[in-house]
Amino acid sequence: MEGDPGHFSARVYQTPRYVDISKCTSCADCEAVCPVELQNDYEEGLTTRKAIFKKYTQAIPGTYAIQKTSPAPCKLACPAGLNVQGYVQMVKMGNYKRALEIIMEDLPFPGILGRVCTHGCEDACRRCEVDQPVAIRDLKRLAADQYDPREIQLSSKPKRDEKVAIIGSGPAGLSTGYFLARKGIGSTVFEALPEPGGMLRVGIPEHRLPREVLEKEIEVVTNLGVEIKTNTPFGPNLTIDQLFQQGFKAVYLAIGAHKGIELGVPGENLKGVRQGVAFLKDVALKGTTEIGKKVAIIGGGNVAIDVARSAIRLGAEEVSVIYRRSRDEMPAFKEEIQATLDEGVNIVYLSAPQEILSDDGEVAGVRCIRMELGKTDSSGRRSPIPIPGSEFDLEVDQVISAIGQQPDLSSLTDITGLEFSRWGTIEVNSVSYATDIEGVFAGGDAQAGPWTVIGAVATGKEAAESIERYFDGVDMSAGREIAPIEDVEYRPVDEVEPGVDRVKMPELPAAQRAGNFNQVELGYTEEEGQSEASRCINCSYCSDCGLCVEACLPGAVNHMELPVERDLDVGAVILTSGTDVFDPAKLEQFYLYKHNPNVMTSIEFERILSATGPTNGHLVRRSDDKEPKKIAWLQCVGSRDVNQCDNGYCSSVCCMYAIKEAVIAKEHAPSDLDCAIFNMDIRTFGKDYERYYERSKELGVRFVQARVHTIEEDSNTGNLLLRYATVDGEVLTEEYDMVVLSVGMEPARSAVEMAKEIGIELNQYNFVQSEEVAPVASSKPGIYVAGVFQGPKDIPHSIMEASAAACAAGLDLSSARGSLVKERVFPEEKDITGEEPRIGVFVCNCGTNIGGIANVPEIVDYVKGLPNVVHAEHNMFSCSQDTQEKMVNVIKENNLNRVVVAACSPITHEPLFQETLKDAGLNPFLFDMANIRNQCTWVHSDEKEKATEKSKDLVRMSIARSRYLEPLEYLTVGVNNPALVIGGGISGMTAALGFADQGFPTTLIEKTDELGGSAARQLKKTWKGSDITAYIQGQINKVENHQNITVLKNTEVVDSSGFVGNFETELKVGDLSQTIKHGATVVATGGRATDTDEYLYGQNPRVTQWHDIEENLDKFDDINTVVFINCVGSRDESHPYCSKLCCTASIQEALQVKERFPDARIFVLHRGIRTYGEREDLYREAREKGIIFIKYTPETKPTITEVNGKPEVLVFDAILGRYIQIEADLVNLATAIEPEENNAVTSAFKLPVNEDGFIMEAHVKLRPVDCSTDGVYICGMVHYPKPFEESITQAQAAVSRAVNVLCRQQVNVEPIVSTIDQDLCIGCGLCIKTCSFSAIEAETIEGLGVRAKNISALCKGCGVCAVACPQQAIYMNHFNNDQINAAIKAGKSIA
Amino acid sequence: MSDNYEPKILAFLCNWCAYAGADLAGVSRFQYPPTLRVIRTMCSGRVDPLYIAGGLINGYDSVFISG
Repeated sequence: MEGDPGHFSARVYQTPRYVDISKCTSCADCEAVCPVELQNDYEEGLTTRKAIFKKYTQAIPGTYAIQKTSPAPCKLACPAGLNVQGYVQMVKMGNYKRALEIIMEDLPFPGILGRVCTHGCEDACRRCEVDQPVAIRDLKRLAADQYDPREIQLSSKPKRDEKVAIIGSGPAGLSTGYFLARKGIGSTVFEALPEPGGMLRVGIPEHRLPREVLEKEIEVVTNLGVEIKTNTPFGPNLTIDQLFQQGFKAVYLAIGAHKGIELGVPGENLKGVRQGVAFLKDVALKGTTEIGKKVAIIGGGNVAIDVARSAIRLGAEEVSVIYRRSRDEMPAFKEEIQATLDEGVNIVYLSAPQEILSDDGEVAGVRCIRMELGKTDSSGRRSPIPIPGSEFDLEVDQVISAIGQQPDLSSLTDITGLEFSRWGTIEVNSVSYATDIEGVFAGGDAQAGPWTVIGAVATGKEAAESIERYFDGVDMSAGREIAPIEDVEYRPVDEVEPGVDRVKMPELPAAQRAGNFNQVELGYTEEEGQSEASRCINCSYCSDCGLCVEACLPGAVNHMELPVERDLDVGAVILTSGTDVFDPAKLEQFYLYKHNPNVMTSIEFERILSATGPTNGHLVRRSDDKEPKKIAWLQCVGSRDVNQCDNGYCSSVCCMYAIKEAVIAKEHAPSDLDCAIFNMDIRTFGKDYERYYERSKELGVRFVQARVHTIEEDSNTGNLLLRYATVDGEVLTEEYDMVVLSVGMEPARSAVEMAKEIGIELNQYNFVQSEEVAPVASSKPGIYVAGVFQGPKDIPHSIMEASAAACAAGLDLSSARGSLVKERVFPEEKDITGEEPRIGVFVCNCGTNIGGIANVPEIVDYVKGLPNVVHAEHNMFSCSQDTQEKMVNVIKENNLNRVVVAACSPITHEPLFQETLKDAGLNPFLFDMANIRNQCTWVHSDEKEKATEKSKDLVRMSIARSRYLEPLEYLTVGVNNPALVIGGGISGMTAALGFADQGFPTTLIEKTDELGGSAARQLKKTWKGSDITAYIQGQINKVENHQNITVLKNTEVVDSSGFVGNFETELKVGDLSQTIKHGATVVATGGRATDTDEYLYGQNPRVTQWHDIEENLDKFDDINTVVFINCVGSRDESHPYCSKLCCTASIQEALQVKERFPDARIFVLHRGIRTYGEREDLYREAREKGIIFIKYTPETKPTITEVNGKPEVLVFDAILGRYIQIEADLVNLATAIEPEENNAVTSAFKLPVNEDGFIMEAHVKLRPVDCSTDGVYICGMVHYPKPFEESITQAQAAVSRAVNVLCRQQVNVEPIVSTIDQDLCIGCGLCIKTCSFSAIEAETIEGLGVRAKNISALCKGCGVCAVACPQQAIYMNHFNNDQINAAIKAGKSIA
Repeated sequence: MSDNYEPKILAFLCNWCAYAGADLAGVSRFQYPPTLRVIRTMCSGRVDPLYIAGGLINGYDSVFISG
């Protein structure tokens, strides 16, 4: 991110969603077919979800997304790039056809490779990190065993004219033919041998690869039109030139590597010495070959093993494999080596032949020398070194060499232009596989040297791509270099349940193998395969199986979507990146969180309590699904803890949520549930939180002041034994069914990285560093912060900060306000006055969501017969763009004047269809919806006929109602753009400046004769120690001198009338009356500390309150002992709430005393210390500096008596169990904070106050600065006691909310309002009484008397007045009696 | 009352809570008997006693108001 306020350029990386949100209808069809089960993060891992998922039911946007990361390691390890995870998942589901479709996208031979593949994928499998790799190869085979690959419909491009000659019918040649055919290119394969298949046929014995499997899969290739000519060797009679002359446009050389490498020892030419490849070829083509009685095979690869196992089957009595390294280094498959040993072959390790011994020209034995392993060589294995003098002889009559193969180049050496490597292989371009001769390509073992079958297939696939490009005349290499994937990201292995053994492949018993070539590995059963496949970790999350693409009828899924890097031009930036919760697994030994399922985090427990959670709100514990009888909450897990973790701060929210969880748990529990909250202090410092705390005690929630020091498990019951010490030192052990860990908040890790990236300063806990005077500003101008990333806080405070940040950003951008707004233009509205209803009905299938259950065509036929219906049709998706366009035309063509859509919910889709009506020139209120999806087919999916009947009823009701629909107009009311701010304290001044700096004329009224409020009078330093006196004076000067601010001192509100955007308020300025017009009001009348008559206050000069102690520090010179008393008149009957500020203020003052008088003894007497958030650091500092904290209860309140003119404090210390007498030099009291008297304001603006006199917000959590009267906002202490910086935040938030109104030219009033017929009205006033929104008032009309009058701008359209009116004089727009009665009637009887 | 008695119930649901709740029941695929015939109102306070009487007169077996 670069730039300055007003002009930032931010580069963002957008992860693809893979689902087009404009097309997704959220029907969940994709979810049903997705094979990948993952932990449901939203449900805290308590349930599973699919890889294609909607985060939660109410998520916005309410559409699906696919979780997908880097390609899985198995896919990356496969030379041919097979989508391994995809087909493994399909095998898991038993969908073998789809598995083969996935495999055969990249490979024509599923059954062959399912048997003989070297499976590098399994070495890469991340299941190895848990136990053994998934048996990928065997699962591929199962798919091919279960479904005939020849039946798979392969996608192919249209046929084209060019033909290709392929030399060699091995895996490379046949694959090339296969991939060419799928590109529409025909080919002929020329094979020297009498049978096709190359090494697949003549190199791999039948016990590993049965001939029928080979034949079947060669047919897969020939079925695509690939022609194979056997007995047609390349060479003098078939040259490249001839092939081109015959019309082939390209040649692919894939002659393989069929020539065995010679041993290079004396006696190699003796009779009875032969090459392994020749031996295997003979066996393959003739069924048998010459075999000795005692056979020695030289080599350690798969060929050596194949020869050995074939020799045993052909009747050799003694077979030895001689290998120069040890078993670990043998290149043959591990399972093959084992099978070889099982079948009786003797493997002689660490030995190499030196000479073949002869007897009469025939082999009589082989002389070997022992080897030892030396240093690691270039192959990565330790190189064998002969041990001098260790020669020994093996008596054999046949020696078969199997130390490697190379291409037989005899047919190629004459070709001009063809180059060869020093290993005797054909040289090609490493990307395109093109040789230096134009139109000639090469691959397979002839080009790569002896490699694997899957490697040969890969080269064939690449060559086919090159040949197509060659024919198309485009660059053969462009875009094909494989870039290494950086920063691979996979599903973490620890999410996977540990330890499930790999399913063993069933084998033919060793005893039944001799004398035949029957297949040894028998293949998995379906059950075995599915259980093996379910071991897959799903490294990439999504397996790319493509089933969702097929399932999605609107075509919303696009797996090809790519991540997007966007450059955003923005004027300001707001960081709201939230929180992670502390992971208690970090303290596993103590909390047993991972080990015992009945220990869960509070966030998990929230899900258990949720009606939409994993147990549908049924309170059960996880180990046995039983209802718990006793639950313990442990507070401060990962908070207020610098010993076990580095989170020294208080997370501020945990006490409150723990109490809430305990209360709700008790509501949910059928029996008497015992809920105990183990805490250090209960911190219910928010508005009305203390009341909730007290109420929870009445409901029986127990609060135990103790930190549990040991948790043990009862392994029989899964219960937990908590050991703790009580305040007076007794050690207790209690048994609980469940333990809930109240985990604290941490800044989101990703947010911390981002902040560092863009250079935002963070504090020691990684929260964004901010100043008290600008609480939502980061260290970089123009970048703001809100929510927990700024510091731990609850929802109301987070929302305030969000609005405050919007205000701060608005200040930077006010000059550009409205410059990017575009207005949409609609055609002129048609007048339908006097027209008969002409109703059009559109019934939606919603894919299969409605149509799959209700009989939609039947519904359409049915409604066609209903009165006034002139058009009815059904649509696949009524909400799709094309249907919308069609609908506009249908409305116009049929001259419709009412439209009914029977589909989903009006709550989500009515606005969309109303726009469609506007596009067609109809008033949007001539529209109605029948909810036949959410409230019918989705909830009656098993009762298709009844769902159809209900749908008919609902549509009929909607049609009946629509006959009475009337066009309605939006009323618009002009907006006065000045703001009125009431109260000249820090909140009021912040608000006034917020308006004025954005250009809005502002009147600031203050009832006293000076600005500054209680902060200016009292506060010198914030709790962080910043001196704010200069700041406050600066603000006063700014306000007084601002051209947009009129300051009226000695001024009070008398009365106010009007509504949002249009207030008229009468003021008393001094003795004069003045009326002002304004569009919005901010009430910031503040609060004050109460006086007390307790503790000798007002009687002894050494007893002060709040910050007044600062004066006494200068006044007295004998300051040795200072006592602070908290909660004076707080949290008792007089003020049954917490004043929030006092704990911090007392500690702040105590520390100041300590600084000035380091030897002074300082006591803080309290009822629980509530230093929330990072204020906890102050509390810790105080304790570290020796300040003594003594907790008292309302029953053991301290007392003070005057002794020798000094206050003597007596307090009961529960830890010591006795009274303590403190001879104090100074006593300071933290008294309760009350709202300033503001009756005139609350009655003028009709603002409700709570029991404590604080003004009530519109919604405690979600609208913390709005009042129930629209256009009126609150901030500062009038809302609740709060510290300086929170007042500033709330003032900025109030400005931001008010500017939403003030910046508009006019406000639109929803037309769904009531209208009063004053001729029918009798002025009884019932409607005025019942209206909750003050939207009806009485007016006196001459000649009639008192009549009710609407204030439509305030009306919320509830219609209660219409019901209350005894005269039926009130008409409720859009929900009138005719409309509702018609629907009632139609729902039961056929209208 | 026979075992297969199926009442027809007229339901008035508040747009802001109960109607949204009925939608959510759908999203969650909760299954319930197909006996409700729903009329959406902007507040359950909109339900005039005459609507309840009207429902019963028109032959519904019961009237359900939720909000």
